[in-house]
Amino acid sequence: MEKERLNLVIVGHVDHGKSTVIGRLLADTGSLPQGKLDQVKATCAKNARPFEYAFLLDALKDEQAQGITIDSARCFFETQKRYYIVMDAPGHIEFLKNMVTGAARADSALIVIDAFEGIQENTKRHGYLISMLGVKQVTVLVNKMDLVDYSQEVFEKTRTEYLAFLEHLNVKPLSFIPISAFEGDNIVSASKNIPWYKGPSVLEQIDKMKKPNSDDKLNMPFRFPVQDIYKFTALGDDRRNFAGTIETGSVEIGQEVVFLPSGKKSSIKTIEEFNVPVQSRATAGQALGFTLDTQVYIEPGELMARTDQPLPNISSRFRANIFWMGNSPLIQEKAYKLKLGSKRIPVKLVEIINVLDASNLSSIKNKQQVDKHDVGECVFETSKPIAFDLLNENEYTGRFVIVDHYDIAGGGVILEKLSDTETNFKKQIEKRELTWESGLISAKERSATYRHKPKFILFTGEHGVGKRIIAKSLEKKLFDHGLKAYYLVFSNLNLNLEMDSRDGYPFQERSKLIRRIGSVARIMTDAGLIFLTTSANFDDFDLEKIRLLTAPNEFLVINVGKNHFNHFKPDLILETDGDIELHLDQIYQLLSDQMVLEYYI
Amino acid sequence: MDHLKKIEAQSIFILREAYRDFKNLVMLWSIGKDSTVLLWLARKAFFGHVPLPLLHIDTHYKIPEMIQYRDRAAKEWNLNIIYGENSEALKYKNTYPDGNLDRINCCKNLKTEALRHTLSGEWPRYKFNHQLGRYDVDEDKEAYTGVIVGVRADEEGSRSKERAFSPRDKENDWDVGDQPPELWNQYKTDFAPGTHLRIHPLLDWTELNIWEYIHREKIPIIPLYFDQGEGKRYRSLGCQPCTTPVESTSVNIPEIIEELKTGKFANIAERSGRAQDKEDGGGLETLRKEGYM
Repeated sequence: MEKERLNLVIVGHVDHGKSTVIGRLLADTGSLPQGKLDQVKATCAKNARPFEYAFLLDALKDEQAQGITIDSARCFFETQKRYYIVMDAPGHIEFLKNMVTGAARADSALIVIDAFEGIQENTKRHGYLISMLGVKQVTVLVNKMDLVDYSQEVFEKTRTEYLAFLEHLNVKPLSFIPISAFEGDNIVSASKNIPWYKGPSVLEQIDKMKKPNSDDKLNMPFRFPVQDIYKFTALGDDRRNFAGTIETGSVEIGQEVVFLPSGKKSSIKTIEEFNVPVQSRATAGQALGFTLDTQVYIEPGELMARTDQPLPNISSRFRANIFWMGNSPLIQEKAYKLKLGSKRIPVKLVEIINVLDASNLSSIKNKQQVDKHDVGECVFETSKPIAFDLLNENEYTGRFVIVDHYDIAGGGVILEKLSDTETNFKKQIEKRELTWESGLISAKERSATYRHKPKFILFTGEHGVGKRIIAKSLEKKLFDHGLKAYYLVFSNLNLNLEMDSRDGYPFQERSKLIRRIGSVARIMTDAGLIFLTTSANFDDFDLEKIRLLTAPNEFLVINVGKNHFNHFKPDLILETDGDIELHLDQIYQLLSDQMVLEYYI
Repeated sequence: MDHLKKIEAQSIFILREAYRDFKNLVMLWSIGKDSTVLLWLARKAFFGHVPLPLLHIDTHYKIPEMIQYRDRAAKEWNLNIIYGENSEALKYKNTYPDGNLDRINCCKNLKTEALRHTLSGEWPRYKFNHQLGRYDVDEDKEAYTGVIVGVRADEEGSRSKERAFSPRDKENDWDVGDQPPELWNQYKTDFAPGTHLRIHPLLDWTELNIWEYIHREKIPIIPLYFDQGEGKRYRSLGCQPCTTPVESTSVNIPEIIEELKTGKFANIAERSGRAQDKEDGGGLETLRKEGYM
């Protein structure tokens, strides 16, 4: 049977003895290249300096530079039970990004505290990050006990103080171990110098740590972030594969599934992997693809879940803890990009509840921004609702990163779903309406003169179904009847606006387009017009936003061809390649049913 | 889930992220064991297809079996294969085997320069024509800005600090000290326009993992890696004049796996048979700074 591997990260304040602990572990488990220990000892003797285990690490790093296969960021040692991959996380605050990268991959953590110097800033900051990054098993090593005469009192004082800190974070350490890495006390076996300590040695403790049980993930509800949808037609392949990696849970062929936030449903037809036998069940961790019983049109980024299990939350607002690594602070009113699972979406910080100084967990009140190395409790709002779990339900789909410009600048965990009936977006529209200044002509007067109500008619449907020709014909017919109709192709407007604004990121284009359509429709209908436009690929949430933006005037949605909406009911569905005159009659009927043309008829 | 299955899933995830987010991607294929595993992982990620071009830099000093293997795989796996070369250097014999250059500068000419100009589209690219079974000049001259490379963290010092998505500016400068964080499954996939990117899906693999995976997946591999009866085999493949085999009697994959497990090579660098690494103190480091993969 294959021997287990455990990823271990060693953190702590600078100079509290992380490297010495690692050096000891490598040496005492016989994991060093032959003769290495003697060689380093000899070098020390030659230079008349006392041997330290930390020098071993330096020596190994030198060797690595010469091309031998030992990694400075990662050391390896082996006990009878398993392999350990040790990530040496830099204690200096400048390297916090690297520490976070190392710790995010760890199964368990050792936090090293200098008994003599006591708890320091990064002892706390690292403790906080370890908890936030989801490292489950933590052991605290109170090091340099030799410098405090192996005093139980000092040990207990450090223990009590740090335990209280960890309690705040909901971290329950497996143990506190008094050690001297320098002298080798309690590293491999019980030390005679510390008779009052009855617990395990460091090595005994880490061997007792559990490999994160894949059953834990397996028994959680099924979560599958759709990374991409492939249809490679080469060599007659007709599969439409929903590709991704299962975060948690399992699924079997025939199971009904739902894509969120769109809410579209289907059932698993096949489980697809290259060069493996046919499978009827797929489980957490597998990178694979699914084909479905029915055609489902969704974008990458949706979360697939089972309809017979608890579903994730859906909202555009949530409360989260976030730590910030960006050089520019996290501020309100700036558009960032949120990456959660396979979802990428524009996001804004809308409220700072609290900013914590991560080094002591004291809160800084009334802070208006989250600075580099700060930890904040904040409310975020995405441009459309997204699917997520809460940290305490499913951490794997409850954590996210925030991209500022082009860099990952923050990492966060979601604590609470907030209602999105009162979004910032809605507040902005309310404000717009309150301050909207009109001329001397009322809407009613305009309608009476124009002989119709204002209305925004949006034609949607897949690309190439003939939306534009129908819209143009309708405009002409309304015009010929003496009505005030105007058809706008949005690419005209976009090209105009793009001429002076090239600052946006491409991923925000869609959300910008929605705003433009809604805002222009608000103006055009205020002018009393029947305003027509066409655009492809809207979802339920886009139309809800357009509706809000167009208010107080309403809009009609005419879908041409296959209807891809889930809950949203278009006002009219027209067939592709139908008779134009027939279509226009249908639309006229709709307009009179809606009393748009009451003055005309 | 065992360890191989885990690192396989992670590599597939990275390949899919790259394919989702970047245009003008290309995958380097040296025909060696690592980049062949990488190619296999692409077939896994894309369900038997390889929807991106594979680029091979032909120095014309490669061991002949490698080229035969390349063209057979192109046909059998329906690959979009492109090769590039430094035809000037070959024409004017500016090479080490011709006695006109040292090894480092030969590598620079035949590999680094050839790669750089083939990626940029300045030099001709030769594309495999599946109908006619030959290579034709590729009309597509657009630069490849995302390059997928099969480097592993355990191979050599400078590779151990790499990230999965690693930006390089036009001069190929690489700021090792200030690299983006990688959290959970979130990699840095946003880059300013014009950024040249290297993508490394194999960082977490070791030499042993590679062989175990080749064995498990039954990936066809060049017999040069096995002892042909002379007590020697290649551990790393390159150009004939600069690659020497190691002492080994392993004749098949299980024997190579056993050999690696004994720790026989634990203190011998995998690339020790590659002569260019040894010149100039830190040969590979120098080469990598200039854009060698």
